[in-house]
Amino acid sequence: MLSIKNLRAGIEGKEIIKGFNLEVKAGEVHAIMGPNGSGKSTLSNVLAGREDYIVSGGEVSFNGKNLLDMSPEVRAREGLFLAFQYPIEIPGVSNINFLKTAINEIRAYKGLKSIEAKDFLKLIKEKQALVELQGSLAGRSVNEGFSGGEKKRNEIFQMAVLEPTLAILDETDSGLDIDALRIVANGVNKLRSADRSFVVITHYQRLLDYIVPDFVHVLYDGKIVKSGGKELALELEEKGYDWIKKEVVEA
Amino acid sequence: MITAEKISPTEKLVSDFEAVKKTLPGNSFVQSIRLKAIESFSALGIPARKNEEYKYSNVQKLFQENFTQSAIYNSQFAIEKYLIPTLDAHIVVLVNGFFSEELSSLNNLDKSVVVSSLQKAFEKHPELIEKHFSTCADINSDAFIALNTAYAADGVFISVPDNAVVEKPIHIINLIIAKESTLFFPRNLFVVGKSAQVQLVETFETHDLPVKAITTSVTEIAIDENAKVQYYRLQNDCENGQQINTVSASQQRNSHFDTNTVTLSGGWVRNNLNIALNGENCESHLNGLFITSETQHVDNHTLVDHRKPHCESNQTYKGILDGKSTGIFNGKIFVQRDAQKTNAYQSSKNILLSDDATINAKPQLEIYADDVKCSHGSSTGKIDEDALFYLRARGLGIESARKLLLHAFVNDVMQTIRINALRDYLEALIHKKLGE
Ligand SMILES: Nc1ncnc2c1ncn2[C@@H]1O[C@H](COP(=O)(O)OP(=O)(O)OP(=O)(O)O)[C@@H](O)[C@H]1O
Ligand SMILES: [Mg+2]
Repeated sequence: MLSIKNLRAGIEGKEIIKGFNLEVKAGEVHAIMGPNGSGKSTLSNVLAGREDYIVSGGEVSFNGKNLLDMSPEVRAREGLFLAFQYPIEIPGVSNINFLKTAINEIRAYKGLKSIEAKDFLKLIKEKQALVELQGSLAGRSVNEGFSGGEKKRNEIFQMAVLEPTLAILDETDSGLDIDALRIVANGVNKLRSADRSFVVITHYQRLLDYIVPDFVHVLYDGKIVKSGGKELALELEEKGYDWIKKEVVEA
Repeated sequence: MITAEKISPTEKLVSDFEAVKKTLPGNSFVQSIRLKAIESFSALGIPARKNEEYKYSNVQKLFQENFTQSAIYNSQFAIEKYLIPTLDAHIVVLVNGFFSEELSSLNNLDKSVVVSSLQKAFEKHPELIEKHFSTCADINSDAFIALNTAYAADGVFISVPDNAVVEKPIHIINLIIAKESTLFFPRNLFVVGKSAQVQLVETFETHDLPVKAITTSVTEIAIDENAKVQYYRLQNDCENGQQINTVSASQQRNSHFDTNTVTLSGGWVRNNLNIALNGENCESHLNGLFITSETQHVDNHTLVDHRKPHCESNQTYKGILDGKSTGIFNGKIFVQRDAQKTNAYQSSKNILLSDDATINAKPQLEIYADDVKCSHGSSTGKIDEDALFYLRARGLGIESARKLLLHAFVNDVMQTIRINALRDYLEALIHKKLGE
């Protein structure tokens, strides 16, 4: 599904992603952990197509197509979704309206006709229930005046509505209270399927108790320095990153 | 050999007045005001750029061309395309500033409400004219108020008596038709009695204008105690249309005045909006929106004069500028010594869509009372790149994402329009303009 080979990228002349490799197959859940500033959000933004990041090398293929050639909207229409670490507020743009436009543009891209009003309402209701998002939030301007946790939940709500094939969740768990964490994780689990994959970026093993990953990777200084199964997350929780940094220096 | 002395546009307008003054309507009261007005115009002259009020709007350049002042028109044409589709309104049509009886339709208007040509009002309502004409718009304050007052031959006169509530909005359609460069001087007077209510919609369009024209218009609105007036303007001229508009309102105790000025097209537009709060507990809301492209020039000057205590004024102006267009917002708030407990708020926000577009936004507060709440803010920026990316990352194409953000930007100003049919109509026009 997603194949990243030796990716190099940066911003403002500074290289941040320094030879990154990752293979994500359909249905898999990959967790990426790593110290602050190691490049996790940069990687997410580069994959989503943010234009101020410059890719200086490597290849990314998504379902066999060259992802790096696509505009952000085409990536989304091809099935990529990024839940932002810091979702922004967009006053005056209603959540529901923009999601409807998004769905219809994605459908048009796939040669499908616009969604019927009643089907759309049904979809919204169903997905709201899935992430237990209050109806009033869905109708408001995008994230405007939302609490930190509500913003994160809104990201997952949008993901549920848009039904991507690959979702990157950038620290969706940070800022969530214990109940919200469980609700969001349940929402993700319900969306897990044989043809949908997840890249879950997190600092905390706790999330991975709920969303059990197939692989755990450690990103350090722009590249993956260690990979393992879910037990790697437990080890990191216990020992921190120092031992890994040391290994990198010694290698 | 005779050498023709080159005379300035100001001198020409002053000397031309001598020739036409006999033909202008109005009794001796009106005529004496005209004489004072031309004197004032002669003294003030067409403002030069060193005049602080016209610093960014080069009016002298506008008047370089040779303009005629006679406005002959044929009013036999269809006005359907100038109507607002679902707006059920009384219709007034002004062609070149002249009230057209044929094109207007005022059938179901309550008998007590007067909507007529200004010429007719000069004859039929001398007491109202003498009480209100040239009282809101001061001929000594601005050259174009003076010029219009001297030359104005016609326009709309509206009188809503005490306690009357005009159910349907009154839609005034201004059309310009000219084959040669012409100056127009429409003059309106709206007198709204105690506890009366009226909604006014005024649209400006050019029906047929292959050459440049200048419209110098003045609208006076006298709002009595407890009255509520909504006044919405849509400026949608062709690029040859050049306007210098003045709206001067005077509010008495407990009155409300809401006005909204939307400028979508027209080559060159200057709007002066002056509001005098002459009684306690008045409220006024001044909103404006301009969306410009190419070489359009739109200049909004507002002046809110708080003369009495316990009044509130609120201004929100928004601009979206593309191409090489220029925009100006100059908002002045005066709070006089007596005007304690004033609340005055002003905001000007602008988005530049192109590197060649420019905006000058200048708030001015002059406060002489000590117990007041006043604030102003102004911001100019580009479209929010983070928001654009967010929407694109959800699958919206760049064009629809931009449109959505620009609509969101103007949304608060649009929501102040309380006639649904008008708001829908404007939204459709804005959608079209943003899609260019
Ligand atoms: N716009 C930018 N300009 C300059 N430096 C940047 C910019 N964006 C990111 N960086 C730098 O790139 C590095 C990686 O940042 P990034 O946000 O990708 O880290 P992260 O792994 O997501 O960290 P965290 O765990 O704190 O979210 C940091 O050193 C950061 O300061
Ligand atoms: Mg991050």
